[in-house]
Amino acid sequence: MTHLVVDQLKFGYTERMIIDGVSLDLRAGEVLVLLGANGAGKTTLLRLIARQLKLKSGTMHLDESDVTKLSRRNLAQQIALMPQHENQTSTLTVHDVVSLGRMPHCGWWAPLSNTDHSRVEEAINVTGLSSFRNRSILELSGGEWRRMILARAIAQDASVLLLDEPIAGLDLKYQYEVLDQVRKLTKQNRLVSVVTLHDMNMAAMFADRVAILHGGKLLAIGKAEEVITSDVIRQAFDVEVSVMKHPTLGTPLVVPLHDFSKTRSM
Amino acid sequence: MYLVVIAWLILAITSVASLFVGAITISPWDALEFLLRDENGLLSTERTILFELRLPRMITAILVGSSLGIAGVGFQSLFRNPLADPYIIGASSGAALGVTIAIMVGWQATLFGLRTTAVAALLGSLLIVAIVMVIGSLSQRSNSLSLLLAGVALSSMINSIVSLLMFWSEEKIMVIFAWLMGSLANNGWPSIASTSLIALVGLVLLWGLSRPLDSYLLGDVASQSLGLNLTWFRLLLVAGASIATGAAVSSAGIIGFVGLIAPHMARWTVGPKHVWLIPMSACYGAMILIAADSIARTIVAPTELPVGSITALMGCPFFLGLLLFRSRSSSFLGEAS
Repeated sequence: MTHLVVDQLKFGYTERMIIDGVSLDLRAGEVLVLLGANGAGKTTLLRLIARQLKLKSGTMHLDESDVTKLSRRNLAQQIALMPQHENQTSTLTVHDVVSLGRMPHCGWWAPLSNTDHSRVEEAINVTGLSSFRNRSILELSGGEWRRMILARAIAQDASVLLLDEPIAGLDLKYQYEVLDQVRKLTKQNRLVSVVTLHDMNMAAMFADRVAILHGGKLLAIGKAEEVITSDVIRQAFDVEVSVMKHPTLGTPLVVPLHDFSKTRSM
Repeated sequence: MYLVVIAWLILAITSVASLFVGAITISPWDALEFLLRDENGLLSTERTILFELRLPRMITAILVGSSLGIAGVGFQSLFRNPLADPYIIGASSGAALGVTIAIMVGWQATLFGLRTTAVAALLGSLLIVAIVMVIGSLSQRSNSLSLLLAGVALSSMINSIVSLLMFWSEEKIMVIFAWLMGSLANNGWPSIASTSLIALVGLVLLWGLSRPLDSYLLGDVASQSLGLNLTWFRLLLVAGASIATGAAVSSAGIIGFVGLIAPHMARWTVGPKHVWLIPMSACYGAMILIAADSIARTIVAPTELPVGSITALMGCPFFLGLLLFRSRSSSFLGEAS
C-alpha cells in the first residue's frame, strides 16, 4: 500500500526560501491537486519529492523507506515525474520516448521484455497516441507533446505520479480524458498522484484533496469545498472571486469578479 | 540495423580497395594470387608496401576515424550541441600540450607499445578533461553548459601555451608542427594493437550508454526522472568520449572535423537512436578518413599531404553549410533521416 509522507520540507536558493516547511501525508488511491499563484512553489515541491533538487531540511518517506536514500533507478521505479517542459533537441519518435519510461525497469542495456512492450502499448493507447506512435516528436503539437510525456510517466509504472501541469495546452475534451485517466489509474492501481493545476474549477471536480501553496508555505489543505473559498483564494492569488456551488456536481465553482469594463473602452 | 551492416560492408570494400592505390599502384589480382597460391605473385617491395605500410595505415585510418566518429556523438550529446566535436572540451589542446612538452624535453619512452608522443598526447588529453570535469563539478550549477564553458576557456589558454612553447623551441618547431598536422603513417603493429584496445574501451563505454543518451537529450529533468544519475552518467560519457579521442590523437595527431561530420551524416542515415547512431558514426568516421588518406597519398604522389589538412579542407565547407542550415532548422540533434 503506497503511503507517501513528506515532513517539514525546506528548500531555497541562498536566503530566500522557495519551499518553507511543507508537510503532506498521502495514501494509496489519493489524488492531491496543488494550486497556487505563479512562483508559489508548486513545481519546486514536485521536483523536491522527485529528488531533483536538494532539500535544505525535512524528511520524505515512501512506504517506510527513506526517499532520500533510494538509488536514482530505484526512485524512478517508484516515483514518476511528468515535467512541465522538455528539450526539443531530438527527433526520436513518440514510441521511442514512451519506451524510455521502461528504462528504470530494464536498465541501460537489456532489450525491452514482453511486459515492457505491453506497458508501453497500454500507455500509448490510454493517452490516445496510437496514430502518432511513429511520428517524430518535433512534429507534435503542444497538447500531443504533453500526452506523450504523460504516456511515458504511465509506462514508468511507478506507485507515485507527480504531474506538473498535465493539461496545459490541451483542449477541454483532452483535459477531461487525461484527468479521467489519471484518476482511473490512481484508483485502480492504488497509486498516489500529486498534480499541479491552474484551473480551480477543474481541481475541485478532479481532486480528492486540494492543497494551496502561497509563498512556499502550505496555506490550506483539505477537501475542495473546505479549501476553495473566496478568503483563501484572495490570500493565495490576490484576486476577488465568488465561490458558488456547481449546479450538478455540488463542487465549488469559482466565479471571477474582475471588472474589465474599465479597460474595454480603451 | 540493415543500414549499419551495409555501411560497414561498404567500408570494408572501400578500405581493401584503398590498399591498391598510392604512389605505386599494385594489382589486386597479383595480391590475391600471392595470398592464395604463389609466394612470387608480388615483388618484395610490393609486399613491403602492401603489408608493412598500407595495411597498417588502413587499419589506423579505420581505428582513428571510427574513434573520432563515436567521440563526436559522445560530445555532441553531452553538450546537447550539434556543433560540438571531440576537441571542444579541451582534449585536443591537452594532447597538443603533452606532445609539445615531450618533443621539447626529448622524452623517450613507450607505454604498452605506444610511441612517446602518443603517450604524451593521451596523458595530456585525459589530464585536461579531468581538470574540466573538476571545474564543471565545482561550479554552482553543474551542468553541460558549465562543462562546455570550462572546456572552451581551458582550450584557449592551453593553445596559447602551446604557441609560446613552439616559439621558444625554434629547432624543434617543425617536428611539433608536423605532429600537429596529423598523420596516419608510421604506426606499427604494436601501436595498432594498443590503439585498438583503447578504442574498444571507448566504444563499449559509449555504446553501453545508448539508452541513457536517448533520455539525456530530453533534458536533465526528464532523464533524472527516468532514473539517470547525471553525475555518474556524465562522468562515464566524458570518459568514453575522451578515451576514444585519446585513441585517435595518440595514433594520428590532431585530425579535425571528422568528429563533427560523422555524427551528422549518421543521424541523417539512421536517425537519432544512439544504439544505431554510434556504430554508424564510427563507420562514417572511418570512411571519411580512408577517403581523406587516399586523397592525401595520391593527389600529388609521390609526395604525401598531411591528412589533417585534407579533413579540414573537406570539413570546413560542411561545417559552414551546417551553420547556414541551422538557421532554418528548429533542431539539430537528430535531423530527419
